[in-house]
Amino acid sequence: MAVLDATLDTGLIAVPAAEPATSRTRRRAGTLFWIALAWIGLVVVAAAVANLLPIPSPTDIDMLGRRAGPSGEHWLGTDGLGRDEFSRLLFGARISLGVGVLAPIIGLAFGGTLGMLAGYFRGRFETLVAGGVDVVLAFPPLVLAMAVTAYLGQSIPNLILVLGFLGIPAFTRVARAATLSLTPREFVTAARAIGASHARILLRELLPNVALPLMAFFLLGVAVTIVVEGALSFLGLGVPPPAPSWGIMIGEGRESLDVAPMLAFLPAIAMFLTVLAFNLIGDTLRALTDPRPGAL
Amino acid sequence: MSLLSLEGLTVDLPTPRGNLRAVDGVDLALAAGQTLGIVGESGCGKTMLSRAILQLLPKRARVGGRVMFEGQDISKLRPDALRRLRGPALAVVFQDPMTSLNPVLTIGTQLVETLQAHLAVDGREAVRRGVELLAAVGIPAPEQRMGQYPHQLSGGMRQRVAIAIALSCEPRLLIADEPTTALDVTVQAQILDLLARETRRRHMAMILITHDLGVVAGRTDEVAVMYAGRIVERAPTRALFHGPRMPYTEALLAAIPKLDSAPHTRLPTIEGRPPDPTRRMPGCAFAPRCRYAEGDCVVGKPGLGPVDAGHEFACWHPR
Amino acid sequence: MAGFLSRRLLGLLPVLLAVSLLTFAIASLLPGDLAYVVLGDQATPENVAALRHDMGLDQPIAWRYLLWLGHVLEGDLGRSFRTGQTVLTAVTERLPVSLQLMVVAEAIGLLIGIPIAILCAVRAGGAFDRFMTGTAFSMLSVPSFLSAILLIYLFAVELHWLPATGYTPFLEDPIDNLRGFLLPAFTLALGEWPVLMRVLRSDMIATLQEDYIAMAKAKGLRPARILWVHALKPSSLTLVTVTGINIGRLIGGAVIVESIFALPGLGRLLINAIYTRDLIILQGVVLLVATGFVLMNFLVDMMYAALDPRIRHGRA
Repeated sequence: MAVLDATLDTGLIAVPAAEPATSRTRRRAGTLFWIALAWIGLVVVAAAVANLLPIPSPTDIDMLGRRAGPSGEHWLGTDGLGRDEFSRLLFGARISLGVGVLAPIIGLAFGGTLGMLAGYFRGRFETLVAGGVDVVLAFPPLVLAMAVTAYLGQSIPNLILVLGFLGIPAFTRVARAATLSLTPREFVTAARAIGASHARILLRELLPNVALPLMAFFLLGVAVTIVVEGALSFLGLGVPPPAPSWGIMIGEGRESLDVAPMLAFLPAIAMFLTVLAFNLIGDTLRALTDPRPGAL
Repeated sequence: MSLLSLEGLTVDLPTPRGNLRAVDGVDLALAAGQTLGIVGESGCGKTMLSRAILQLLPKRARVGGRVMFEGQDISKLRPDALRRLRGPALAVVFQDPMTSLNPVLTIGTQLVETLQAHLAVDGREAVRRGVELLAAVGIPAPEQRMGQYPHQLSGGMRQRVAIAIALSCEPRLLIADEPTTALDVTVQAQILDLLARETRRRHMAMILITHDLGVVAGRTDEVAVMYAGRIVERAPTRALFHGPRMPYTEALLAAIPKLDSAPHTRLPTIEGRPPDPTRRMPGCAFAPRCRYAEGDCVVGKPGLGPVDAGHEFACWHPR
Repeated sequence: MAGFLSRRLLGLLPVLLAVSLLTFAIASLLPGDLAYVVLGDQATPENVAALRHDMGLDQPIAWRYLLWLGHVLEGDLGRSFRTGQTVLTAVTERLPVSLQLMVVAEAIGLLIGIPIAILCAVRAGGAFDRFMTGTAFSMLSVPSFLSAILLIYLFAVELHWLPATGYTPFLEDPIDNLRGFLLPAFTLALGEWPVLMRVLRSDMIATLQEDYIAMAKAKGLRPARILWVHALKPSSLTLVTVTGINIGRLIGGAVIVESIFALPGLGRLLINAIYTRDLIILQGVVLLVATGFVLMNFLVDMMYAALDPRIRHGRA
């Protein structure tokens, strides 16, 4: 779970590109970027229209047709309970993406606000926020997520709340660092000089500039959240069954690795590609918005 | 046969602004035991020239011409053969001993590893020779220094260590690239005298690279002046100081502050800046700054021609 | 150094206090009454009220926190109402397994990461470098439970080389013990090496530009010595830190991996506590893990300061 912890904790896995970017590598990164974007578009559309497609329900159990191979009726076959694998993949995308996007929005909203206020007003408020961030980051995120869901009870809204809360410290750090580096700049001083209010400076001057790094971090946050949701669901502590989440499908597929490895590999591939795509896009955006590697 | 001879050496560096010709057709010969000073402003290509001799150019650099060392072209040598040459045949002292000594290895390690890489000596003997070398370059309490790290020494002491390392395998050619530029003025003369003394004692050839004509005065047999990647004048040291022919050399000599001039005298400078090395110019590179320049100067490049007794210069209108 | 150390130690106290407060808050403020959990089917209003009184759950929350903190400071983290085991025994029993897993995983990660980083740095921008950097980036998108499944499928199901699950204590049979640890440790290492490799690679590229590397070449040293001694040593400061921090961070991955490979470590203890709603164990383990995490980060901070005097002076 290195990716999850490193990303949540240090903000970003920033590694300077020490070698000169030749035109060739740049163009390659460009194509990959568009492929990643296309994949995410595909997954989003598939998840959105899943219930409009003429495919079987993802939860209809058919104990007679268990682990069937691909057929006209079941395009990718059926799982250990005879449920349609393709349909579960699509509906799984709905839950994995839904949780993956909604939870970081919570982190973005609260963490972004806290971080900007802390970076702008400084003083005791900043000390308090930074201290709070340190405390939450003192808990291994996965362990904290497990403990809280154990108390709250398993449900999708609870999962979103918990994962969203866990993202707040990281977003706070990013927003604070960006605000700190922007506040001494001329355009902020100029706005102050013409008597702009704090609210105006924060919203009109700083927010548009902080938004880009936050957006890049949001995409990396989506990747991390999909992984954490997958891990929790895989262990049976996330999305409650029978809802199809990729994590649950992988967990169930693990039981039949010897007879039907595809049942675990298909959702695994879907999750890997989606996480990779979000990481790629987020990393490209981050490189665009902040050429300095050590900015966080 | 000369120890080192450069034949039409060119070094090109690709940059975002185009090709940069750092060394532009240098011919040079150095006999065994001889010392040569190479003088020029920063950016004139003298460091690239020294790196080309040492085969330590950046990977992207393109080299033309030949670097003949004891009759073989070392730019064509296989890495392993080159490695055996470095140390016992060719050695170098870099500008800043703070950055040229490894900060995380002890002085002793850095000295002993060089000895063991080239000489058939066991660890004990290598340490003994290391101590001897440190003593020879004037480092007090050499036994204790062996266990210390570079940051525990003063700048002058560090450069003495670097010199000890360079001398350790008795090289036939020592290249000293601005060896005193990073040091306090008070120790500069000591280091230069140490270099001069050791080269004479060990009968080594030395190329002393500097931007300061004062450094080479009295310490080298010959001086070559570099400008914009080319050698523009070359002469026995005494002859060059007494009768410079190329206007650039003359200007350099005039720019040395004189102790006996009156207080508040304006320091003489050379007007203008060196040309942009990414742009080729047809004529003499110094012409735009030269007060003797005439029309023909910007049309064709003057070649390096001999006048008398080893004094060469490249100028259409010599003094 | 002593002043620096004591200042940093003092700064640790509020963080640890806040960690205990947050742990307690999660356990006490979130819905899910302990008394109901303990009693299960026999939960009648009278029984619940009596038990709540016995357990002190009817006391004011601040008082309960102070009581709990007092017990914790005395080393009493409570006792499982399911197994009767104290939290401390349960943890000390499981800790060595998790530690072994994390250390072996980090070691494998270094074993893979260091040579790749060096080879990449030597020809930065070359084909091998681009391929490995891309691979490392992709590997960062592979969650540990995915690599676990892939490795089980390959080495246990298809090749039958290694056991998919099972744990043998080291003292009983060291070979079997290591065989059992190989797949889970390798799983974690697959997520670790890209992080370590990227850190070392970029430091190494910077180091290779240094004058002392040119000097080492000019001395005629063998390329292997230049890379492994002259370049690796000064490049490894960040690597040491990241390695230290990551050993602690692996606890998150260890939870998943232990559960998949049935290793009786802290992670399994935690997950079992969640499955059986053994809230005392859960609270105790979370507190200990978070405290360990904080102390580990502190230790790494100290180690970094010890390695680099500039940091010691800059911060002090």
